[in-house]
Amino acid sequence: MSALNRNHTHNLGPAIEVSGLVCGYGEQTILRDVTFKVARGEIFFIVGGSGCGKSTLLRHLVGLNPPTAGSVRFLGAPFSEADLGTRRAQLRHFGMLFQGGALWSSLTLRQNVALPLEEYTSLTRREIEELSALKLGQVGLGGYEDYYPAEISGGMKKRAGLARALALDPEILFFDEPSAGLDPVTSRKLDELIVEIRAMFGTTIVVVSHELASIYDIADRVIMLEKQAQGIIAEGAPRTLATTSEDPRVKEFLTRGTGKVPIL
Amino acid sequence: MSDNADQPQARVTVQPGAQGCAVILAGVWRITAAPPRWAECVGKEKPARVKVVMDAVERWDSSLLLFIFEVQQWCRADGVHCDLEAVPAKVRTLLGQLVASHETSVPFDRSENFLTSVGLATQDAWKKAREIIAFVGECVISAWRLVRMPHKFRWRDCVDEMQQCGAMALPIVSLISFLVGLIMAYQAAVQLRQFGADIYVADLVGLSVVREMGPMMAAIVLAGRTGAAFAATLGNMKANEEIDALAALGISPVDFLVLPRIVALGLMMPLLALYANCVGILGGMIVALGVLQIPPAAYWIETQSIIDLSDVNTGLFKALTFGLLIGLAGCLRGLQADRSAAGVGRAATSAVVTAILLIIVSDAFFAVAFNILGL
Ligand SMILES: Nc1ncnc2c1ncn2[C@@H]1O[C@H](COP(=O)(O)OP(=O)(O)OP(=O)(O)O)[C@@H](O)[C@H]1O
Ligand SMILES: [Mg+2]
Repeated sequence: MSALNRNHTHNLGPAIEVSGLVCGYGEQTILRDVTFKVARGEIFFIVGGSGCGKSTLLRHLVGLNPPTAGSVRFLGAPFSEADLGTRRAQLRHFGMLFQGGALWSSLTLRQNVALPLEEYTSLTRREIEELSALKLGQVGLGGYEDYYPAEISGGMKKRAGLARALALDPEILFFDEPSAGLDPVTSRKLDELIVEIRAMFGTTIVVVSHELASIYDIADRVIMLEKQAQGIIAEGAPRTLATTSEDPRVKEFLTRGTGKVPIL
Repeated sequence: MSDNADQPQARVTVQPGAQGCAVILAGVWRITAAPPRWAECVGKEKPARVKVVMDAVERWDSSLLLFIFEVQQWCRADGVHCDLEAVPAKVRTLLGQLVASHETSVPFDRSENFLTSVGLATQDAWKKAREIIAFVGECVISAWRLVRMPHKFRWRDCVDEMQQCGAMALPIVSLISFLVGLIMAYQAAVQLRQFGADIYVADLVGLSVVREMGPMMAAIVLAGRTGAAFAATLGNMKANEEIDALAALGISPVDFLVLPRIVALGLMMPLLALYANCVGILGGMIVALGVLQIPPAAYWIETQSIIDLSDVNTGLFKALTFGLLIGLAGCLRGLQADRSAAGVGRAATSAVVTAILLIIVSDAFFAVAFNILGL
């Protein structure tokens, strides 16, 4: 599962396989019977109205919420059914950007990005610093390396969180609303960065987003969740869904209620 | 804005008529002003019909809605017909929404019968006990990993914490143990002087400080200072998803956050207790000199003669245990905190209470155990 076999991974089956997953907190069920697959190297969007359980689904995927019914497999290997040690070993091949950034507040941005590298690589201190500066530069935070999370804006935290998620050049990236709180230009740059990462490393990217512009620009496939239905109500390429879906909820979301694919 | 006297008020007049009464609303209705109460307006009357008229209302907001809603509820309860024909459609629409949200959001009854609550409490206690056992187990496994792979340990964090909970606590530990030594010596002096046994102040203070009060006072100070800080820091990190971010990287929060803190406290507590012992004895010495005119040299020789190394060792062993307990309690409460500001506050309080409870309970246990072992 390293850079070596990345080039012929496409014949190894999907990157993510979720079947019959039930998501919720304690007694409360938010989503039931979630089943989908994400192919390797795909840019996959999870969309849906606010509060429908997108963040919750992401937390269940990476095992942050206690496992419930259903199974999750990553890169062909069982994840949700594996023991804690195996799960932790798998997790270092993934990167996750949280909705609020979730930077470690006692560390500077540079240390935030450096921490995964310190934990999981045997690079020298010097190399780690170079790499962290590079990742921060990629998300447009060059010059802010020695700031603490409390000293930067919300959008900058988001980007710093992204730099941290990219630190280990993960094979699967999970983004929870990467562009929320960013201005249109930065948000667009972020989309370009996502496409670039995929082109360079063949990374599989799962994005939660409401941003129609991003969805139409970069998503290969989307699933749409819905609160009342407590599950997936549509799956497919965004443009196809917008034009062919019979479901008024899907149509309304993807066309902003106009019935046409918006020109963005 | 407070309502002043000249501000126009909401007015309600109830006019009894042939077919029931008309409720005439007038004036300016502001939610910030004291609202008229329907129960007062209607008094003891029981009209057959109520007709609401609001033509004379100059301005209105939600306070008017609430009033009409109250009228409606009253009418429904008493089986009176409530006529809203004269009310503008806009108000009727809003009223409809109010009724709808009233019906869907009535707080549901959370009361349970005695048996159910006992059962739930038992389940809850069992769940908490399991959480504690799991946490202690995880700490032990993590400590074992530390022994096998010491280079993986976060030494830098550990040293930072040692500075925070050790060196920075010196002033307060000095003050408290000095005063405790002083108070004990003073109490002893008053009693012992009656028997001419003045010099035994040194024995009493020396033994009780070294075996009990030194470690105990240092531990209580650290429970309030460091235990609460651990819980608040970890609780805040949890609320901020920082702990999730660690877990999402496959890093165990216990290895990363808990163990360095517990190790730091475990290393610092015995040192602080030793220091507290010295300061406590110094406090006793000053009282002996001031109140009983015992020269410090004599006091010191008497102290040396009564304390042997095993007394110091039992004290330090207790201090080590207290340190580990404070660290465990602080980190556990921090990791269990609710993801909110209030949750962090509760975690800090509960960490201090838990730590002090554990300190006292384990001290009682030690008292019995050392007695049996003859230490
Ligand atoms: N910690 C929690 N405990 C209990 N319920 C929760 C918790 N977090 C979220 N929920 C509930 O789960 C549901 C889904 O929340 P979630 O955060 O997954 O929504 P979302 O789709 O990410 O929304 P948004 O687009 O606003 O981020 C909500 O109804 C919320 O009430
Ligand atoms: Mg969310």
